[in-house]
Amino acid sequence: MTHNIWLYILVMAAVTYLIRVTPLVLIRREITNRTIRSFLYYVPYVTLAVMTFPAITEATQTPLSGFLALAAGIVLAWLGVSLFGVAVVSCLVVLIAEFFLV
Amino acid sequence: MNDNRTCFGRGMKDGIPIATGYFAVAFTLGITARNAGFSALQAMVASLTNNASAGEYAAFALIASGAGYLEVAVMTLVANARYLLMSCALSQKLHPSVPLGHRLLIGYDVTDEIFGISVARPGYLNPWYTYGAMAVAIPGWSLGTLLGVIMGNILPLRVVSALSVGLYGMFLAIIIPPARKSRIIAGLVAVSFAASYAVSRLSLLSGISSGMKTILLTVVLSLAAAILFPVKEDQHDA
Repeated sequence: MTHNIWLYILVMAAVTYLIRVTPLVLIRREITNRTIRSFLYYVPYVTLAVMTFPAITEATQTPLSGFLALAAGIVLAWLGVSLFGVAVVSCLVVLIAEFFLV
Repeated sequence: MNDNRTCFGRGMKDGIPIATGYFAVAFTLGITARNAGFSALQAMVASLTNNASAGEYAAFALIASGAGYLEVAVMTLVANARYLLMSCALSQKLHPSVPLGHRLLIGYDVTDEIFGISVARPGYLNPWYTYGAMAVAIPGWSLGTLLGVIMGNILPLRVVSALSVGLYGMFLAIIIPPARKSRIIAGLVAVSFAASYAVSRLSLLSGISSGMKTILLTVVLSLAAAILFPVKEDQHDA
């Protein structure tokens, strides 16, 4: 059985869009339940933290360079450096570290 | 809403690091797409219509192995299910009067990063902020995929490796400043790091996908935090 790549793309796009748009369209009012509100308040922090570590140590050529980028990122963000600044320095840390490590 | 233009500009500015990070990730994604038999145009359209790294990776890998449409649909659903949670959270950042059209447009690009910066805006979200970020992030993502198919392995590994942490640096810039202000969030971030590491190391759980891991941990940890430390009413705009 041969498959059409454009059909694959259509299936992927439709599923992805429905997942994203359904809550935005259906949840039109403010949720008043305190537990649900608190849950949704904490969701971004947990999601982003879970996705960052240990993935950052697996994205680079050596785990150590990813770890150094993580440490640098945490320190800079703690000090209030901008989104762009933290991202750029993290990249530079890896570039420099791997110059010695790889 | 005369500050729509300002918000759009601000969104574009915050979208630049996202776009550069996307470009690097999408470049490697393009290589996966090529291996699955996609042309450069098809890969670009896939990225333009999906805007999802893990979801696209998973689908491309399945397609490469000759899977059917239903399997690809289920895989896409599982790999992207975290966006359902993000959209639920984002729905609370929109003023109840925000019309359907805006909701349909924002829903087009609820990615980890766009969601991250949108939800971090103080007060209600002006959709134009998100559009500004989308205006630079979507081209970065789709053109990166296109070039990944065409140029394959031209970029030095060193550069790809360095660019690949840009997205994580951005995540840190979103979650760490609030953690400095709130001990609860600081503790939650630390616990999330530890739990994520533990789950990725436990051989018992090593079979689950990273998307699934993100969903499970997000639900369990956020719910635990919500029950243990309910948010006070004036805090929800943070």
